[in-house]
Amino acid sequence: MNIHEYQAKALFASYQVPVPKGGVAFSAEEAVSVAKTLETPVCVVKAQIHAGGRGKAGGVKLAKTRDEVAPLANEILGKILVTPQTGPEGKEVKKLLIEEGADIRNELYLSLVADRASGSVVIIASTEGGMEIEEVAEATPEKIIRCLVDPLFGFQAYQGRSVAFQMGLPKEVIGQFVKMLDNLYRLFIEKNAMQIEINPLIITGENRLIALDAKVGFDDSALFKHPDINELRDLDEEDPLETRAGQHGLNYVKLDGKIGCMVNGAGLAMSTMDVIKLAGSEPANFLDVGGGASKETVKQAFQILLDDPNVKGVFVNIFGGIVRCERIAGGIIEAAKEVSLNVPMVVRLEGTNAKEAKDMLAASDIELIVADTLWDGAQKIVAAVG
Amino acid sequence: MSILVNKNTRVLVQGITGKEGSFHASACKVYGTQVVAGVTPGKGGTDFEGIPVFNTVEAAVQETGADVALIFVPPPFAADAILESAAAGVPLIICITEGIPVMDMMRVKRFITGKPVRLIGPNCPGIITPDECKIGIMPGFIHKKGKVGVVSRSGTLTYEAVLQLTELGLGQSTCIGIGGDPVNGTNFIDVLEMFEKDGETEAIVMIGEIGGDAEEAAAEYISKNVSKPVVAFIAGMTAPPGRRMGHAGAIISGGKGTAADKMSALESAGVTVVKNPALIGEAIANRLK
Repeated sequence: MNIHEYQAKALFASYQVPVPKGGVAFSAEEAVSVAKTLETPVCVVKAQIHAGGRGKAGGVKLAKTRDEVAPLANEILGKILVTPQTGPEGKEVKKLLIEEGADIRNELYLSLVADRASGSVVIIASTEGGMEIEEVAEATPEKIIRCLVDPLFGFQAYQGRSVAFQMGLPKEVIGQFVKMLDNLYRLFIEKNAMQIEINPLIITGENRLIALDAKVGFDDSALFKHPDINELRDLDEEDPLETRAGQHGLNYVKLDGKIGCMVNGAGLAMSTMDVIKLAGSEPANFLDVGGGASKETVKQAFQILLDDPNVKGVFVNIFGGIVRCERIAGGIIEAAKEVSLNVPMVVRLEGTNAKEAKDMLAASDIELIVADTLWDGAQKIVAAVG
Repeated sequence: MSILVNKNTRVLVQGITGKEGSFHASACKVYGTQVVAGVTPGKGGTDFEGIPVFNTVEAAVQETGADVALIFVPPPFAADAILESAAAGVPLIICITEGIPVMDMMRVKRFITGKPVRLIGPNCPGIITPDECKIGIMPGFIHKKGKVGVVSRSGTLTYEAVLQLTELGLGQSTCIGIGGDPVNGTNFIDVLEMFEKDGETEAIVMIGEIGGDAEEAAAEYISKNVSKPVVAFIAGMTAPPGRRMGHAGAIISGGKGTAADKMSALESAGVTVVKNPALIGEAIANRLK
């Protein structure tokens, strides 16, 4: 789960990580009142959406005086920002972060990431702040400094000093940098983060270290431990169908194609998308109904698939291992009675009691096309949709 | 021969009295697995379908000589369950649980590093040596004893591949699900090494998916160390970047971990990469000709 910059900065402040003074605003009036509380005349108006690349898309503006705040706020609020991370449809800006302008001497990069290969938190730092870190890693890999933290011992001061010296930081900020890493690591562990990224981390004219940006992502599997973090969830940033699927225990990701798929198991669900593509069409979604697919989950899954206006056909692909196929078939028959199915449907059932399940479907009055294998099913649905 | 488990393997089930644990412990036993003990704190001294239940793993191991732990404990307590078995000296721990916090797994992995303990999973279907023992949630009946080793990050997709093999008359030596989580106990390389050494395994099916670089690392290992034919499939060719596809570990981030990168790495290592998962069985048959 990701949170907004203003939420991440509040979290930073609670862990004594320095951030610019500022506040969130939902209207131009609120933006002006926040600006009045700031100590510098120059302030920054920043769009609050989860996607990165806001600056280039026109979502971050500098107000040279307080009078400029209201017009800039009006310009950005309600605007649809299109960045490489939002997709072509973009994202509407509904809130702003207004904060003090900073006196930037140097821009650095700092992140902490849960590293899967080593099974530990890795600190990534670079003197090349303000740029995409992937581009820095590609062009000048020697400018990326990495440091693994032992999960049992935690962050040690010497590791912070080592990173700071490798970056060639001025001696006035080394102490601040080590302290900042210590606090960020504590935040990371205590709140079960997956990623904390500060880009840029700046050194001011007075040699102070400040997190000018803040991006924090959390481990979904650990949210049960952190009701405070869970409250930061912004449903405006999520697809409404995905939110609804999640409430019913379904794992659903909306895509752009026209063939809806319903599958059990994540790997098989991904492969089903892949074979739809190989058969000449595009999948409308990823949907894993899980191992315990019941009549109710099948019904909910159908409704979610059919509420996507792009869906022109449905492919049900179930490998009944522990789940018995005739139960799924029963679910499909029940669901079809309650959900009006007005697009072609191909059903492929394999595994435990697959034959009985096929007989049940054949005996029902639901219009569907039966497929024998994964590839057969993909070809049949693509042909039926045309 | 087979790898890791066989007909002599003695299994204890942690969480045997829970909904999942009881259902699958029973199914494993029906398959012929020696399920010798269950562990549920507070229910020690009782039994489950004739299997004695203990309060602690330590007591279960002492009394029954169990050498594999199968874990069905819910996510908030699963890391603790793994550590309990590791501390009791159980050499092979198989964790089925999905949704364990990543940080918990980091500590567990660090704890078992350097100890004579192998962890498989979490978030995996388990391990099966056909006709000898099934330790996990896979449907036993689709398997057939034979010479193909199967290793996979997925559950149902593995069943798909196994069924194709079985229908072509190609049995399996051992099938292992290493799990869909970002931090797991056993990786592709560990299993490839065991299959390479196993006298009975003649070919290997490797099923990967988007996210991380375990497949790339495996490709490098295969090019240097594996002489047996390997057929691979990578799920998620059509998955968009930045989105988690069901499994916690299945995500393309920062342009890394794409299916295309993994496929080309494996192809360069001499692996037969199939783009269509329906052709996994056929590809093995061709490589064994």
